[in-house]
Amino acid sequence: MALNLIRKLMVSSLFCVTAATASAETFVFTAIPDEDETKLVERFRGVADYLSEQLDVEVRYIPVKSYAAAVSAFRNNQVQLAWFGGLSGVQARRLVPGSEAIAQGVEDEAFETYFIANTNTAIKPADKLSDLEAPLKGKTFTFGSKGSTSGRLMPEFYVRDTFNSKPEDFFSRVGFSGNHTRTLRLVEAGTYDVGALNFQVWEKELGDGNIDTDAVQVIWKTPAYPDYQWTIRGDVNDRFGEGFKQRVTEALLNLDNPELLESFPRSGFIPANNDDYEPIRKTAEEIGILD
Amino acid sequence: MLSSPTVRTSLVFLAIALVGLLFADIAITASNPWRDLGNFFLGILTPNFFSSEGLLTALLRTVAFAFVGVALGSIAGFLLALVYRFLPVRMFCAFVRAIHELFWALIFLQFFGFHPLTGVLAIAIPYAGIFAKVYSEILEEADPEPGRALPPGTGNISAFLYTRIPDCWVKMRTYTAYRLECGLRSSAILGFVGLPTLGFYLEASFSQGLYSDAGAMLILFYVLIATMPLWVRPKLLPVYILGAPFFLGEGLPIVWGNVQRFFTEDIVPAPLRNGEGLAGLTPWLNDLMINEAMPGIWNTIVLTQIALVATGILSLLAFPLISNHFGGPIRRNAGHVALVIARSTPEYILAYILLQLWGPSMLPAVVALALHNGGIIGHLIGRQTNSIKLRPDAASGLNRYGWELVPRVYRSFLAFLFYRWEIIMRETAILGILGIYTLGFYVDSAIQNIRFDRAMVLILVTALLNIGVDTLGRYIRRKLALQTMPTC
Repeated sequence: MALNLIRKLMVSSLFCVTAATASAETFVFTAIPDEDETKLVERFRGVADYLSEQLDVEVRYIPVKSYAAAVSAFRNNQVQLAWFGGLSGVQARRLVPGSEAIAQGVEDEAFETYFIANTNTAIKPADKLSDLEAPLKGKTFTFGSKGSTSGRLMPEFYVRDTFNSKPEDFFSRVGFSGNHTRTLRLVEAGTYDVGALNFQVWEKELGDGNIDTDAVQVIWKTPAYPDYQWTIRGDVNDRFGEGFKQRVTEALLNLDNPELLESFPRSGFIPANNDDYEPIRKTAEEIGILD
Repeated sequence: MLSSPTVRTSLVFLAIALVGLLFADIAITASNPWRDLGNFFLGILTPNFFSSEGLLTALLRTVAFAFVGVALGSIAGFLLALVYRFLPVRMFCAFVRAIHELFWALIFLQFFGFHPLTGVLAIAIPYAGIFAKVYSEILEEADPEPGRALPPGTGNISAFLYTRIPDCWVKMRTYTAYRLECGLRSSAILGFVGLPTLGFYLEASFSQGLYSDAGAMLILFYVLIATMPLWVRPKLLPVYILGAPFFLGEGLPIVWGNVQRFFTEDIVPAPLRNGEGLAGLTPWLNDLMINEAMPGIWNTIVLTQIALVATGILSLLAFPLISNHFGGPIRRNAGHVALVIARSTPEYILAYILLQLWGPSMLPAVVALALHNGGIIGHLIGRQTNSIKLRPDAASGLNRYGWELVPRVYRSFLAFLFYRWEIIMRETAILGILGIYTLGFYVDSAIQNIRFDRAMVLILVTALLNIGVDTLGRYIRRKLALQTMPTC
């Protein structure tokens, strides 16, 4: 009986190793999980359908749970294309020699982070962050994801730069909400006094009427910096045929379906290259996120 | 009373927890936590079972990962149990089980990526370590008498199969079945890091405040666990085990070069990788220890000690709920349901829910750990009181509780509690992923920054801390002569 069971277990374990197969010629892409999952799945399924039509290959989007998981999947060649933030893109391209930033949103050339505060804190909006030193000191503060550019890197940089101290020393409590939508909800609900988020998420939620403006308001806007971009692996031509990278780039630049663009939200995509993101790399090195 | 060593030990631990409270970050930071909690319970009362097309698939995958993981773990554990008397094997097993399933998953994700093997190994490896220990204990306790009756010249294997196994079979089967339930919980939470199990959808619904969707998932999960005796039948097991590998999902193909890269580059400490040699290693390690490992260890210990005592108090309060010596059948049945829910919900999910509702601090973690572990221990000692026969003129009410039952079950209560000490610490560390500053927080940060060398050192530190607590727990149990059976 025991042996019998053991034998069965052994056989089934062999199956387990061999059962997993996936077709090699599917073009797979992912995106950093910077917003609510339902929104991401909706948005990127649309992109997958569009790309599949344009490129004539099977295209699949896989959702991931963290920024690092997106970078790792790209690095491990389990995905060949990704919609990265500024920082995750820099990380990914460092890890995958030959990979390239091929397109960014029109808005990503000059992206911003908004600092938002719950109105109970009575913090008044200001033009300079240094004017907010007294009101912000000792408040609770949430970033977005640990790997986010607009939700972590840039706000942390400006906090350090302006107040000459680490966020965890300046604020009484520092958290990582996970994504921009959640930062918005947590500050709106008063779980945190202050938060920092991607300005596009704020503007879109505001436009859709999803923000209780009596509970939360923008108190400071960062200077502009480059952010999101599509990054592709250098070896896609070997796998999907000559000129494939060029075709993907063109497909993305030609994307003009208003509904799809609205879901990003971007007004369109424009060419980008690796050098555009040098400022992000330098900032990340400065605050010690990149070696 | 103070002369009793069990009471003295309890008081020492209580004192440590109280001192810990002074240093702990305990707060409700949400401005309207009760409204959110209300919304959450409303969600459970109005479950939406049709929220996601993937829900049933997720449930199926949860079961499949649990079956394959536990099956592989039990085979490997059984083989290891046969050589468990060798010190290196014991150390190896202690090490692999000191690392939480989620940490294993995070490690495998880096080179296997979203392949089913990631989830299967994340369960199978730590479970193998646990199975090895428990199986070897069971085998050791086997009656040696039948072996002596064998004719001389009987082969070792025959002797083992015909004298030891029959005596141990029932115990091993019971334990393995019990472990399967733990496997379902482990499998469900793997979704939180991106595997296609229940946690994946649960996290998505919760973070968006879709409480009715989340409620439906929790209900399905409870039903799945509560009905296990109905669908996990010995005769059906081979079918499940043979079938399960086909329901793990496709995932993405493994690129084997990544495995090599992970071990030869990624986890090599940065100074060595960059050719700075051993001279660069010391400052690197110092920085890691002072800025991340130390605060992580401190918070992990503080939270563990508070959660341990909270678990103890809750268990003592909870066991009358199901004890035959109190209340009528209606209250007992309600008590059973409450304790089943408390112990079927993984700490990680409870902590996640409470963090969403109350805001970040150690409080949600303490409550989650106490509810889950208190539910388990309360259930076990409550059941134990049912075998106690009281005199017809025994005291009733509070006196019966305080002077009859608690003293009688106190030793086994402490035994369970100290057994779970290490488990509570392992969970405490992992809860850092949710944003509480325990070791898991720093491991997660290192992984988010793609610094696997740092992550591996921190995971190693976590494992050593767990082994330390496990050893201390065993020492105390031996010192107080407490005996227990394994729980998970």
